[in-house]
Amino acid sequence: MRKQASQLVVLVMSLLFSVMVLAAIDTFTFTDQDTQDRFKVLTEELRCPKCDGQSIAGSNAPIANDLRSIVYQKLESGESDQQIVDFMVDRYGEFVLYRPKTTGKTQWLWYGPIAFGVIGVLVLGTIVLRSRSRDGYDEDLDEEHQSKLDVVRQMLDEKDSTGRAE
Amino acid sequence: MKRVFLLLPLLVLMALGVLFFRGLSLDDTVPSALIAKPFPVFSLPSLEEPGTTLTEGILKGQVSLVNVWGSWCPTCYAEHPYLLELAEQGVVIFGMNYKDEGDKAIAWLNKLGDPYRTNFVDADGRLGIDLGVRGAPETFLVDADGVIRYKHEGEVNARVWNDIFEPILAQLNQEREGKK
Repeated sequence: MRKQASQLVVLVMSLLFSVMVLAAIDTFTFTDQDTQDRFKVLTEELRCPKCDGQSIAGSNAPIANDLRSIVYQKLESGESDQQIVDFMVDRYGEFVLYRPKTTGKTQWLWYGPIAFGVIGVLVLGTIVLRSRSRDGYDEDLDEEHQSKLDVVRQMLDEKDSTGRAE
Repeated sequence: MKRVFLLLPLLVLMALGVLFFRGLSLDDTVPSALIAKPFPVFSLPSLEEPGTTLTEGILKGQVSLVNVWGSWCPTCYAEHPYLLELAEQGVVIFGMNYKDEGDKAIAWLNKLGDPYRTNFVDADGRLGIDLGVRGAPETFLVDADGVIRYKHEGEVNARVWNDIFEPILAQLNQEREGKK
C-alpha cells in the first residue's frame, strides 16, 4: 500500500514536472498576473508588420515571434505600455498600431465614419419630414409647374369618377 | 437644377469605385519610420572574420547601401546578380546577414560572388527590429553621415535603381555640392 502511494507520488510529480518544462518552452512565464494581462493587451493591439490583418499575438510569422519576446522582455524589465508602444512606432511606424493615435491624417479614420453617419441621418430625416409636411402640394414647385400639376390632378379625378360611374 | 442632385449618389459611387480600384494596385510596402534618422547603433561580428566586431561607424564617410539578406531568402538570390553589377559600377554595398547561418552565408558568397564591402551578422534579428525590417531583402540607402535616406523592400533591380535610387543619389550629390 505504501509502495503504491509512493509510486503515485512519483507519477504525479513527474507529470507536474513535464508540464513545467513544456511551459518554459512554449510560453512566457510572468512575474505576476498584471504583467500577463498587459502582455495580452499589448500583443493584441500591436499589428504584425509583415502580415496585414493580424496582431503579433495572432501571428506565427518569425517577426511576430521576435516582437512578442521583445514585448515580454520589456514588460519584465519594468517598461510602461507607452514606452513599449513608442519603441515599436519608432521602428515600424504608426502601421503597427491597431488603434492609431488621433492626430493629423488619422482624424479622418476616427471621425470620418461618425461624420458620414450624422450626414446620413440628417439627409434621411429631412426627406422623411419633408414628405410628411407635404400635403399633396410640393412647396418647391413654381407657379407654372403647380398649375400644370393641378390640371393633371383634375384630369385624374375626372377619370376616376367616370370610371366609378360605369 | 434639382435634377443634378439626383445624379449625386451615382457620382459619389463612381468616385468611390475609382478610389477602391486604385487601391487594388497600390504598393503594400510601408514607408520606413527610420528615414532621416541615423542608422541604429550596433556592434556585431563580421561574417568574413567572426572575431572582428563591426559598428555603425563603418557606414560614415561615403554614401552606401545596406542590403539585408540571408541565404534562405529566394528574392535575395534573384537580386544578387544586380547587386554584383552595382558593386562593379563602384556602389558601396554593406551586407547585413540576417537570421542566417555563417557557413551557409559564406558558401553563398563563394558560389555566387561577393558584392559586399563587408558583412555584419545579425543572427538573432535584433538589429533587424531596430531597423524596422519586415523581411528580406531590404535595402537601405545611407548617406555619408550615416543617416538613412531611403529604404526599399523587396528586390533591387535596374528599374528600381533607375526610378528610385538614382534620383535620391542625385539629390545627395546636390546637397554635397551645396555644402562646399
